[in-house]
Amino acid sequence: MITNLTHAIAKPISRRSLMAAATGLALGLSAFSPAKAADDTIKVGVLHSLSGTMAISETTLKDTVLFMIDQQNKKGGVNGKKLEAVVVDPASNWPLFAEKARELITKDKVAVVFGCWTSVSRKSVLPVFKELNNILFYPVQYEGEESERNVFYTGAAPNQQAIPAVDYLMKDEKVKRWVLAGTDYVYPRTTNKILEAYLKSKGVKQEDIMINYTPFGHSDWQTIVADIKKFGSAGKKTAVVSTINGDANVPFYKELGNQGIKATDIPVVAFSVGEEELAGIDTKPLLGHLAAWNYFQSIKNPENEKFIKEWQAFTKNPKRVTNDPMEATVIGFNMWVKAVEKAKSIEADKVIDALPGIEAKNLTGGTSKMLPNHHITKPVFIGEIKANGQFDVVWKTPALVAGDAWSKELDGSKDLIGDWVGKKCGNFNTKTNKCGGQGS
Amino acid sequence: MTPHFLTRTLDRSATVFLLIVAAVGILIPLSNLLLPADSPLQVPTYLMALFGKYVCYAILALSIDLIWGYCGILSLGHGAFFALGGYAMGMYLMRQIGSRGVYGNPILPDFMVFLNYKALPWYWYGFDMFWFAAAMVLIAPGILAFVFGWLTFRSRVSGVYLSIITQAMTYALLLAFFRNDFGFGGNNGLTDFKDILGFNVQADGTRAALFALSCLALIIGFLVCRAIVTSKLGKVLIAIRDAESRTRFLGYRVESYKLFVFTLSACMAGVAGALYVPQVGIINPGEFAPANSIEAVIWVAVGGRGTLVGAALGAVVVNYAKTVFTSGALAPYWLFMLGALFILVTLLLPKGIIGTFNAWMEGRKARNTANADSAAAEDGVTKPHLAEKA
Amino acid sequence: MTDLLYRFRAIALAFLLIVATAIPAFAGPFEDAVAKFANDDFSDSDEAVGIIATSGNPQAFAVITALQEGRLSADPDSKKVYLTGTDGKVTDAATGEAVAEVPASAAAVRLNNRLRRNIESALGGLTLMSPDPAKRIASAQSVFKSHETAMLPVIEAALEKETNKSAKQAFTEARAAILLYKEDATEAEKIESIAIIKGRGDQDALALLTSLPADQTVGVARSAASAVTAINSRQTLWSIGQNAWYGLSLGSVLLLAAIGLAITFGVMGVINMAHGEMVMIGAYVTFVVQDVIRTSYPGLFDYSLLMAVPLAFIVAGLLGIVIERTIIRFLYGRPLETLLATWGLSLVLQQAVRTMFGPTNREVGNPSWMSGAFELGQLTITYNRLWILCFTLAVFAILLAMLRYTSIGLEMRAVTQNRRMAASMGIATSRVDALTFGLGSGIAGIAGVALSQIDNVSPNLGQSYIIDSFMVVVFGGVGNLWGTLVGAFSLGIANKFLEPVAGAVLGKIAILVLIILFIQKRPRGLFALKGRAIEA
Repeated sequence: MITNLTHAIAKPISRRSLMAAATGLALGLSAFSPAKAADDTIKVGVLHSLSGTMAISETTLKDTVLFMIDQQNKKGGVNGKKLEAVVVDPASNWPLFAEKARELITKDKVAVVFGCWTSVSRKSVLPVFKELNNILFYPVQYEGEESERNVFYTGAAPNQQAIPAVDYLMKDEKVKRWVLAGTDYVYPRTTNKILEAYLKSKGVKQEDIMINYTPFGHSDWQTIVADIKKFGSAGKKTAVVSTINGDANVPFYKELGNQGIKATDIPVVAFSVGEEELAGIDTKPLLGHLAAWNYFQSIKNPENEKFIKEWQAFTKNPKRVTNDPMEATVIGFNMWVKAVEKAKSIEADKVIDALPGIEAKNLTGGTSKMLPNHHITKPVFIGEIKANGQFDVVWKTPALVAGDAWSKELDGSKDLIGDWVGKKCGNFNTKTNKCGGQGS
Repeated sequence: MTPHFLTRTLDRSATVFLLIVAAVGILIPLSNLLLPADSPLQVPTYLMALFGKYVCYAILALSIDLIWGYCGILSLGHGAFFALGGYAMGMYLMRQIGSRGVYGNPILPDFMVFLNYKALPWYWYGFDMFWFAAAMVLIAPGILAFVFGWLTFRSRVSGVYLSIITQAMTYALLLAFFRNDFGFGGNNGLTDFKDILGFNVQADGTRAALFALSCLALIIGFLVCRAIVTSKLGKVLIAIRDAESRTRFLGYRVESYKLFVFTLSACMAGVAGALYVPQVGIINPGEFAPANSIEAVIWVAVGGRGTLVGAALGAVVVNYAKTVFTSGALAPYWLFMLGALFILVTLLLPKGIIGTFNAWMEGRKARNTANADSAAAEDGVTKPHLAEKA
Repeated sequence: MTDLLYRFRAIALAFLLIVATAIPAFAGPFEDAVAKFANDDFSDSDEAVGIIATSGNPQAFAVITALQEGRLSADPDSKKVYLTGTDGKVTDAATGEAVAEVPASAAAVRLNNRLRRNIESALGGLTLMSPDPAKRIASAQSVFKSHETAMLPVIEAALEKETNKSAKQAFTEARAAILLYKEDATEAEKIESIAIIKGRGDQDALALLTSLPADQTVGVARSAASAVTAINSRQTLWSIGQNAWYGLSLGSVLLLAAIGLAITFGVMGVINMAHGEMVMIGAYVTFVVQDVIRTSYPGLFDYSLLMAVPLAFIVAGLLGIVIERTIIRFLYGRPLETLLATWGLSLVLQQAVRTMFGPTNREVGNPSWMSGAFELGQLTITYNRLWILCFTLAVFAILLAMLRYTSIGLEMRAVTQNRRMAASMGIATSRVDALTFGLGSGIAGIAGVALSQIDNVSPNLGQSYIIDSFMVVVFGGVGNLWGTLVGAFSLGIANKFLEPVAGAVLGKIAILVLIILFIQKRPRGLFALKGRAIEA
């Protein structure tokens, strides 16, 4: 290709510029040429945004993967080979996610990729992973309604976060009236749909549910917070279930605090606010507001304490917090290591087959297991925000909850299951006994 | 000012450009398909997809250069037309999935099943037919550009005002497409495509064909632009760019010229978007982001405004830099590089790569010609002087 | 169960209040209850609060307050509970004996929302007789909301003794609320109560009236219904006022973000895409100032913003001058090249901040005078928004005065209007350019200080304001500060009136479409500059 290009250019342009062009092209193409296949290492792809809007959340996960690789290499690597991280920056740009995934798999020949945060980035890379048959570990809570052969979901499905949280508020706080507030994208939409169906099945009337969507990065919450206040002063105990995403949370909580909505009056339970997000807010006015996660940094447990200590040493920052998606990354990483050891190979097909059934310790004292639908079992905790920016666990599920790929509350998916062990199918319809969704 | 040289459709640099694009468009797919995978000259599929993306960006840059470089209309919202074309194609590709979606619904795309749509919204009708979608690729951006242009040019909105309201337009569309109720898949957009005209979009053969097609589109787009800018129409456009009021006083209907070229440019951007979507596999509202449109303008500036070849070159160079910088050890610092590139180009190469190169060539020629008119040497810029108006 | 306990506790507290505190301490139950805090179980703690509150033990009030304020710690092994006084002295909570220090094995007794709520209502009863009228009003309000029948004698006793006018009003309303819900109250009493509650006319009153049980007499039901209608229509009026306030406040934020741009873009004609990053830098200056204060001089926290304002102005202003001297200077007369270069600059600045401070949000606290809200009639006005509005107007006034009355202002206007003529008159135009750009950037920096109070402090902060800022400047008319002012407030108010009708997203889209259409009507904005200068 180089020769063709240079020939085409050569004729009309001077020799000097030809040489410059040739050097430039050669330099440039060398960046594309496949990296030397180092047989003594196993390459691990890290596909998290380091710039753009999502860098705020995803950078930590990149560091987490690097930390885990470092730890694993200190233990001697996997199957006698050292691990080597390949970091790329998809820059919060969804098509770039697909491009970078392709680059990681084709050019760098990685054995596995840890990455993605938003659903759209996952959707964007999905076809690439299917086509090139590689493995993606996705560490963030999401809307469910997916079970793909090449993806392993170590974050919470809606039944591992949203439903237990609502149960807690109903039982313990006697909440009768609900505000479902979210950012307008697919995770809040689905979660709220699931919750709405669930609340109605528990006898909550339509007029006691208020649903509100705001754009990404919404920063002027005056009207909405006032509406919530109004909705909450109707004489019934009211709670807000917040699926507000990312940057919009800080102004939302600031407005809540300033308009004097206290957790004792109208508690807010959030699914996207963790330790990392709280690090940017003055939490004193937020005392008692809730979050539902599968992990909190404040959980007392030797496993967790050891992890936090080593993590802070690795990042050389004694104040660096940990959070739920980090734990999901850790679990996913450990499961992958075990699966590779079990399969005695890094070949994608073998590892994919080895993964279901693999167990790995989570940081909250239990053992999570990879299920045939490629989701994992997790405990669910409800934490109240403390003045120091940490959470105080006030409730937890008695046992680990198995992640449902398909929600039982939604009409479109209540008959579907994912089973990559027996049925070899991600959307098996238990009614029609057929693979491929609802069928016709 | 000396009459500029654009008297024939093809000059030397245009010919070279066309030859390169044609060679790339033929050789890369052939090399990808025919050569064995271990051959050093084989272009891997991921590179071909990458180049395909660049080519689409080049068409977009070309469309921006046509209106900005030759007519002085700085659109900071051209990404909107690109995205609309992309959505039209995406809708066709969604309908082609049929019952292979995760819910297996033969009519409704997955996200509609998910959001409890009972029937297909009316604006999705017809997108199961390729010819209809292909027509919409031109019509949707075309109509938007026509209406928008008709309103703005008639009321003589120009300069920064025009730039800012084009930005408002793309921003409003961004917000609208983000809404899940809008019926275009919200933030997730349209993805997980399977077939295009019965061919698997993931297959190497389809990709090669799409790549060749993109190159063909670039060639056609380039020829159309050249034909326009070298015709009498093109001269009027340049006159509008350099002195809009004077042109109007001379009796030209400035609005009509602007409207024509603006709509044409939007259609070109739409085609670029339509070719882009099957190659990258996703279209989502992020493409409407004002930042994307600004970036596209920057490609043109880097390559050289008002040179057409430069616009295409700029798109490829900047995106190539982006690809290189976002991988490997440089990944955390790539924004520094990109930012520095923009600053340095504007400060050191104000005419862009091609503009500077042309100026240098002309300057040398002028020095070499012993009996050259001193005025020619002084004004030795190949390109017409770009009076800053926008 | 909890409800019953709560009811019982309220009665007991009322009783406690009337007979004052001269009841001898019961030995057993109080100490057992206190020991329950050591179980680290919310139900046990809840039960303990109930028992302690009704024990009549003189320590009760101190223990419950300490629990509320997190000054109560318990040792799970020895089951001993320690109370750290506000003065730092440690006592055994059960016995009141002084202890040297809290043992290391003890941890603060944990609270959850339910517990916090119960503590509040337990303490609420105790403050009905407080010498501070504000506290009396607050507890009357909580009785108004809970309308606990058992509180009636206490309220009536308090009402009789009350001399403060607003406290008296609060007690009257609380009494009316109780009577309205009292099962054996007469119809006349209830109708009279409804009238009083109607007079109050706020959300709480509405809630009280609408959640009235259905088994009312016709007369009561009818007057309640008419009261609800009356309150509702009054609420509609108030909500217009409230929306106007929200609009003003949003407008002030827009104005603050746009005002610096009005100078660099409007006056100088430089399309400064890095304007948002100057705002961001101002916000980070605030963060740094607060961080230094937090670690070194915690007492000065309330003054942190006052210190941050000049610092942010200087840092952003100097940076602006440096940018002007090194980049913008070469690009005058080529606004589109400036766009390109400043866009690149904004990428560099963003990434620089990301590298220095990390990609995550940084915590910037509200000083106490910017926290909370006050009620003006039925309007809720938050202090931070009010201060931002005042601050914005002050910045605007100062800027206007500067351009109008100072010599540098005169020079700036001269250079803007006719650069060559100004130069011929002996004005050092390049110096003026640098200063003008520095001024615009400095003001963006100040805006960052204010925005840090209501928004994220993250590297993305600037990006979220840049488009809105351009809209404001263009809508108002380039080159006219008054236009920017009017533009910002009209966009803010229009947005806030559209939002309840159309929702946040559609409202914003509608505003953008309106701007596009408006520009057709007035291609140079609301307040267009007249004359030849604009054609240049």
